[in-house]
Amino acid sequence: MTGRLLEIEKLTVRLAAGKAARPILGGVSLHVERGEAVGLVGESGSGKSVTCRSVLGLLPEGASASGSLRVNGEDILTMSSTRLRELRRRDVSMIFQDPRASINPMRRIGDFVTEGMRAGGVPQKDALKRAEELLESVGIREPGPALHRYPHEFSGGMLQRVMIAGALAGGPRLLLADEPTTALDVTTQAEVVSILTRLRAERDMGMLFVTHDLELAAAICDRIYVMYAGRIVEAQSAEGLFGRPRHPYTSGLLAATPRLESDEPPHGVPGRPVSLAEAPDGCAFAARCAHVRPGCTEREPVHREIDGAQVACLRAEELIHD
Amino acid sequence: MAGFLLRRIGGIAVTLLVASFLVFGSVHLAPGDPASFLLGGRSASPAAVAAIKEQYHLNDPFLVQYTKWVGGVVTGDFGKSATFRQDVGGLIAARLPTTLLLIGYAGLLILVGGLASGALAALRRGVVDRAVLIGTGIATATPSFVAAIGLISLFAVQLAWFPAFGDGGGFGDRVYHLTLPAAALALTFVGLVARVTRTSMLEELGREHVEVARSRGVPGSEVVRRHVLRNALGPITTVTGTVVAGLLVATSIVETAFGLSGVGQLLVSSVTVKDFPVVQAVSLLVVLAFVTANLVVDLVQPLIDPRLSHAKGGRA
Repeated sequence: MTGRLLEIEKLTVRLAAGKAARPILGGVSLHVERGEAVGLVGESGSGKSVTCRSVLGLLPEGASASGSLRVNGEDILTMSSTRLRELRRRDVSMIFQDPRASINPMRRIGDFVTEGMRAGGVPQKDALKRAEELLESVGIREPGPALHRYPHEFSGGMLQRVMIAGALAGGPRLLLADEPTTALDVTTQAEVVSILTRLRAERDMGMLFVTHDLELAAAICDRIYVMYAGRIVEAQSAEGLFGRPRHPYTSGLLAATPRLESDEPPHGVPGRPVSLAEAPDGCAFAARCAHVRPGCTEREPVHREIDGAQVACLRAEELIHD
Repeated sequence: MAGFLLRRIGGIAVTLLVASFLVFGSVHLAPGDPASFLLGGRSASPAAVAAIKEQYHLNDPFLVQYTKWVGGVVTGDFGKSATFRQDVGGLIAARLPTTLLLIGYAGLLILVGGLASGALAALRRGVVDRAVLIGTGIATATPSFVAAIGLISLFAVQLAWFPAFGDGGGFGDRVYHLTLPAAALALTFVGLVARVTRTSMLEELGREHVEVARSRGVPGSEVVRRHVLRNALGPITTVTGTVVAGLLVATSIVETAFGLSGVGQLLVSSVTVKDFPVVQAVSLLVVLAFVTANLVVDLVQPLIDPRLSHAKGGRA
């Protein structure tokens, strides 16, 4: 139990797809302290889900990873498969996007919630008792009978609660949430988010919250990382990000958010997002950036610390986006 | 559930009724005079011909003949065999145990062999997968009579491990005698079940909940058993049900090749001598086997997938 709860350093992941190995993550570094909620924000294909899943050692098939990825000081990438299974059962849990697809429709709810515990050697009876308590803590009515029901008898929001209960079963220190509310409707989203924040605070868990919704991330998280094309472009506190976004991409995302209090329509970021594989030399965002200058396309901008924010932009000091 | 079962049994009754008409009608449509078949081509006195026609109701109009036959079938009377001079029901009943044992044996081989090779192919992509695909391709393309000859020459003649002929007496000896016939019968269909198993498992392996189970530290073998194989069982059950019902037809070749006195062999010999009461009864039995197999499959499916449950509150 040494070191940070989660520390990712220069994680690079390449797909080994017969042809040229295609990179999907380029030197991602981030960390989560004990009890801290950290957001990871970006458009589809920016690599946020891959980053999140790699914490559990779930890399795409045949992919190779370099860099380091440590949970409590232990490197996931070099861990034995036995130790990795133990870590997945006890230390790190993940909440997936679509509960309907993530829970086996042919098995009972109780089976899903207790699965990890039983794989870890907890007797069936104790596991079921614990599962009942967990279901109660996520607000499932009549948790006892619910254990014997099937997923198709539950709504999406209720199933996501079941998913959270299942993720908490092993008493993890770190929770990974991969767009846990994207597949739900708006009112259910709010409920699931409040359950998640309450349980995280009660149990003092660290959380990596992946989302494409900047506002949601800001509401839940202490710090936020913004990803673009497989790289982290900006990292700062949630207030800082909204108050003084440093990277043109972040300010673009903020400008693209529709606001009730303003009559102005939201401005989208021009162009389409690129993946790391198709990104040109230099800054991957340069082609879409309003502030681009010749130096931007020459080499990849390095991360610099400006007033407590980490930014990978050549012009971060000159541009003040407020 | 009870309502579902009643509806299904009603459906089966209608199916059998329609099938009985088609079976009876097609035997009737076959060229030639039934009476001369019954006399086996011998020239007989007009009195004898008239007696035969009277006994088999051949003078009645088609629909009357059919009604009489169906009326008998409903009470368990399938008529008399012209060649054996015995009740058709008794003839079939005497041969059914051998045939059922053969089908059960072959069905078991098909299920175990198909599941094992299909699962192996799905889980070990690459060389093993390709070997299974080629092997099952060859097996599927091998007709039962070719497989029978090959098995007899290798295991009965050269190695002398198994008998090539006869049904044997006593359960153990019967199983021993039926090993080669069951293998010959199974070979063609193992490939089919293996391929369906492979496809269905590959589809399930790609499901998100399988990755979720892995992400929760469940060991790989457990994941395959509880989430992949279990969820893949639906299509496998459907195909196996149809295959096993179809085995009744396939037994005719294998039973003839191995000299087993079963229902299939009875069908072949009866067709050659135009013993139409037997042909009709066995054909109806084949139809019954298919509809029963379908019913069993439909009853088993909700046990595999709770979403298909017929119980109240279950949603489709």
